[in-house]
Amino acid sequence: MSTERVLMRNVGRPEALTVRGYREGGGYDALAKALRLQPEEVIEEVKRSGLRGRGGAGFPCGAKWSFVPRQTPKPKYIVCNADESEPGTFKDRLLMEHDPHQLIEGCIIAGWAVGANTTYIYIRGEYTKAAAILESAVRDAYDSGVLGTNVLGSGFRHDMVVHRGAGAYICGEETGMLESLEGKRGQPRVKPPFPAVVGAFGCPTVINNVETLCCATHILLRGADWFKSIGTDERNTGPKLYAISGHVERPGTYEYPIGVPFQTLLDGCGGMYRGRELKAFIPGGASAPMMKASDRGIKMDFDTLAKAGSMLGSAAVIVMDETTCMVRATLRLAKFFAHESCGQCTPCREGTNWMKILLQRIHSGQGSEADLDLLARVVPNVGGISLCALGDAAQGPVRSLVDKFSDEIRENLRAGRYPTPAPRYFDQGAAA
Amino acid sequence: MTSGQRAASEVLPESAIEEILALKPKYPTLEALTLPALHIAQRASGGWLPESAIEAVAHLLELPVARVAGVVSFYDMYHVRPVGRHRIRVCTNLSCQLRGSGEILETIGQELGVDEGQVTSDGRCSFVQFECLGSCDTAPMIMVDDDYHENLTPERVRQIVRELK
Repeated sequence: MSTERVLMRNVGRPEALTVRGYREGGGYDALAKALRLQPEEVIEEVKRSGLRGRGGAGFPCGAKWSFVPRQTPKPKYIVCNADESEPGTFKDRLLMEHDPHQLIEGCIIAGWAVGANTTYIYIRGEYTKAAAILESAVRDAYDSGVLGTNVLGSGFRHDMVVHRGAGAYICGEETGMLESLEGKRGQPRVKPPFPAVVGAFGCPTVINNVETLCCATHILLRGADWFKSIGTDERNTGPKLYAISGHVERPGTYEYPIGVPFQTLLDGCGGMYRGRELKAFIPGGASAPMMKASDRGIKMDFDTLAKAGSMLGSAAVIVMDETTCMVRATLRLAKFFAHESCGQCTPCREGTNWMKILLQRIHSGQGSEADLDLLARVVPNVGGISLCALGDAAQGPVRSLVDKFSDEIRENLRAGRYPTPAPRYFDQGAAA
Repeated sequence: MTSGQRAASEVLPESAIEEILALKPKYPTLEALTLPALHIAQRASGGWLPESAIEAVAHLLELPVARVAGVVSFYDMYHVRPVGRHRIRVCTNLSCQLRGSGEILETIGQELGVDEGQVTSDGRCSFVQFECLGSCDTAPMIMVDDDYHENLTPERVRQIVRELK
C-alpha cells in the first residue's frame, strides 16, 4: 500500500507557511498550470479524477463545479467549508495550521474553474489558531501576487476573505453556512434552488470542504489518472485523511489511499489503547452508524461503508474498547445533536430531543426495556423528512445502537447495571 | 459619521468601530458583517455582549436590534451574561469522554469552587462544557480563552487553572 504523503506533505515543514517556502516545494505550480488551461478543461480534469467531497456527503466535486452557470451577470463565489465541527474530526485543522497555501491554491483553482473572483473561507469560530495562520497566509499571498487583481500574472482576479463562525454545528451544512456568512442565524434553506445557482448573497456559489479543495490542487498538478490510480475503484479515488481518536495508542491524523481497511488504520496508530479489546468503532464522525469489532476488516471508503449501513462521512474514526458503555457513548452523541438541531423542522427538533431523553432514562437506571422499544420506534421518524441532513445524522448512531447492541442493553437492564460506572483513566497513570 | 455610528460610539470604543467598518469592502452587504462585528464588540465589552453592545452593532450595521439579538442567541460563542476574565471551555464530546474529560471537568469545578456557567467571586474564571473542539487526537483537552490545552491530566489542568490570573 502506497505510503506517500500527498495532502500531508507539508505537515512538520514550517517553511511551507510562507508563499516562498511553499513554492520551493512545488507549491502554486498547480495553480499556474490551471491558469494555462480553459476553465472547462479544469472542471473536466477534476470530474475525471473521481474526486468526491471530503466533508461528509461525498458528492462528486467536478459535477458540483459544472452546475455553476457559465453565463450570468451575477458575481460568483467559492465558499470553503472550514467549519469542521463533526465530533471526532480534526483533519482540516491540521491542513490549515500546517499547509494554508495548499488550501488557498485549491480555492483559487476552483475560482478559475467556475469563474468566481472571491473565496470566503468559513472557519469555525473556535479555530482561532488556524484562522490566524490562514489570515497571515492570505496576506502573504496578496503581497506575493498570488491573490489580488492579477493572479500569478494571468490577469485573473481573485480575492479571499477568512470569515470566522461563532459556534454552531449546523453552519457546516452548506445552506446554513450561507445564511451564517450573510450575517444571519445559521438555519438551512429550502432546496432547490441549489447553491450552484442561488448561493451566497443570491449568487452562484460552490461550497467545498478544505480537504476536497486541497485534493483539487494535486489533481491539477499530477493529473486525473494519477489520482484515479489511488483507492478502491473508480468511485472511491485518491488519498484520504483519517482522523483517529478514542481508545487507540496513538490518536492522530493519518493519510492512506482511500479504502484502507479499518484494521490497517488501527495497526498504524499503535493498536488498541493499553492492549484492550476492540468493542466498536465509528467510521466517519458522530453521524456515522457504529460498527462492531467483527467489522474490523472493512474497507474505509464511501461505497463499502454505505453498503454496510454506515458511512465514510468525514472519515473521523472513533475507536471504543471493551470498557465502553455503549449507552453512555451514544447518549453523548444524542445530546450533541439535540443541542445542535436548529429547531426549524419538527421531526429533527423533537426527534433529537426524544432520543436524548430515552437514552438518559436508560442510562440513569430509571429506564426499562419499554424505553428501548420506544427508542426503536422513534429512530425511523427522525431522519429523511427535514430541510437538511442533521436529523439523518442524529439518528445514525442511535439506530446502530438499537440494531447492534440491543441484546447487551436488555441484559444490562435486566441485571440493573445502569448507570454503569465510568472508567477512571488517570488513577492508572494512563496519560503519564 | 452616520447616526448609527454616533449611537454606537457611546457604547463601543472608537477602535472597535473602526475595526468593524474596515471590513465593509470585504462583503457585498452590510449585514454580512454581523458575525465579525459581534466578535469585535464582545472582545471590546469584557468577553460578553450586554444589550447595549448588541444595540450598538445593530445601529452600526443598520439592522433591527431583534435581528442582531437573534443572531447572538443562535451561536454558542456569544455570551449575554458576564463571563470570567478567563473562559474555560471543556470539550466533553465522545472522543474526550472516552479519554477522561469527566475527571477534567470535575477537577476544574473543584478548583474554581463554582458551578458550570458561574463566575468566581473575584471575576477571574468561568467554565462551561463545550461541544467537540476538533482536537480529539489530544483528548482530553480544554480551551482557555483562545488557546488549546491538550493531552491533559487532572494534575496538569489544576496547574493550568491555578496559573490563570
